[in-house]
Amino acid sequence: MTDPTRRKLIRTGAVAATGLLGLGAASRIAQRYGLIPPDSGGIYGAGETLTYGCQRLLTRHSLAREFPRSMISARPVPNEMAPPKEAFKRLQAGGFADWRLAVDGMVERPAAFSLPQLRAYPTHSQITMLACEEGWSYIAEWIGVPLSQVLNEVGVQPQAKFVVYRSIDGLWDSIDMGDALHPQTFLVYGLNDSELPVANGGPLRLRVPRQLGYKSVKFVTQLTLTDSMKSFGKGLGSMSPEYGYSWYAGI
Amino acid sequence: MADSASVSISEPATPAAPAVSRFSVLVRTTHWLTTVAFFALIVTGFELVISHPRFYWGETGNILTTPLFKIPIPSSRNLVPTGYGYVLPDQNGWSRYLHFQAAWLLVLTGLLYLINGLVTGRFRRELLPAKSQFSWQAFSSSISEHLRLKRPETRSYNLIQRLSYIGVIFILIPLEIWTGLAMSPSFVSAVPAAVNLLGGTQSARTLHFLDSLLLLLFVLVHVFMVIRAGFRSRMRAMTIGTTTTEGP
Repeated sequence: MTDPTRRKLIRTGAVAATGLLGLGAASRIAQRYGLIPPDSGGIYGAGETLTYGCQRLLTRHSLAREFPRSMISARPVPNEMAPPKEAFKRLQAGGFADWRLAVDGMVERPAAFSLPQLRAYPTHSQITMLACEEGWSYIAEWIGVPLSQVLNEVGVQPQAKFVVYRSIDGLWDSIDMGDALHPQTFLVYGLNDSELPVANGGPLRLRVPRQLGYKSVKFVTQLTLTDSMKSFGKGLGSMSPEYGYSWYAGI
Repeated sequence: MADSASVSISEPATPAAPAVSRFSVLVRTTHWLTTVAFFALIVTGFELVISHPRFYWGETGNILTTPLFKIPIPSSRNLVPTGYGYVLPDQNGWSRYLHFQAAWLLVLTGLLYLINGLVTGRFRRELLPAKSQFSWQAFSSSISEHLRLKRPETRSYNLIQRLSYIGVIFILIPLEIWTGLAMSPSFVSAVPAAVNLLGGTQSARTLHFLDSLLLLLFVLVHVFMVIRAGFRSRMRAMTIGTTTTEGP
């Protein structure tokens, strides 16, 4: 082996080792600052982590675009929906008087909120776009209470990193605390100056306007705060990756 | 018999041309990484389009509004009125994952290529039209050579080739990335101008689709031209990097 070849080999090795060390350190820092999504494993993990990490750094304090009242779509799209379960129909028959939103997990005071209790908080509204991953979109006025208000009420423990939310139809999803405490993340009970129709997720829907429509889960009945998504489903953060869809839907 | 083969045999033998490295390792590597990324993007992009093969202008658009245009194909969602009596299987999950992963590959590869092209002067030397090419006569002769499918006589890129590469590298691909990001509700929350300048989310989606068709057209013409100009020598140049025979 000639000297220049050996030198080249040593240099390549040093560069590779530095690169690996750098990647390791970057991964630890990213984990520390919540830049790694729960579905970061697998063949699409690299792209998913880059997207989530970069968008989180970019959007820490950003607000979803709000629109003038004149831009509200004439008709909010009622999307495809599975037929309602028995439990839902029973509550619907009672005018949703017995609908409860349970909040548990890493909170100081677990609680269950009725719809009148949620409506008793100061009403907030936003005129934002719901964009579906399929490509269509509409603009509506979403009326409700910021999720942060409810979370303040129950007292979130400092180690909590995610809010897991469940629909009465069995669907579940989660968002990080950045989105959970975001001023535009709402528990929505009204749409365009009327009650939120069942076709659009009524009586209660979680609205996450900086992400695509499928993160805005309909018929929400439970919130669970946790520091790790490992013990939920397959540990991928929501049901979406189990169906092949990404947990993070900011793009 | 006076066919072309006997003519060339009668010519004095020229010594074998020395191995010429036409493209640097970086240009060859980024070319094929971009090829992989483009193939993944176009396939997954098509899968995403069939979940809603309708296009709109402005901010909003959905099955309850009038489209700008429709693609007359079946859809992978049963809410979309297509006129077909069946629904295609939903492929959006992995398509979205792969689309964005391939987009990252394209962006990072593209950055490497751009920096290299600027630093080495490759863009100025080989893509910017030469002074002699800045004339209507050069332009019209380049057009007529293309129309007659005349094989190139020099290694240097001709005028139309230069303009096409510049258009793809500096206009079509950046526009595709921009319109893609403009559809991201999270990205536009931080950079609202990205979508506002395009006229809205649906305008961005429509432009993204039309631009992808132009890019696909470029790739098809590019491959045709490579075959026409000498597939083996061009593939050698873009893979192992050297060409010795088959002229330019």
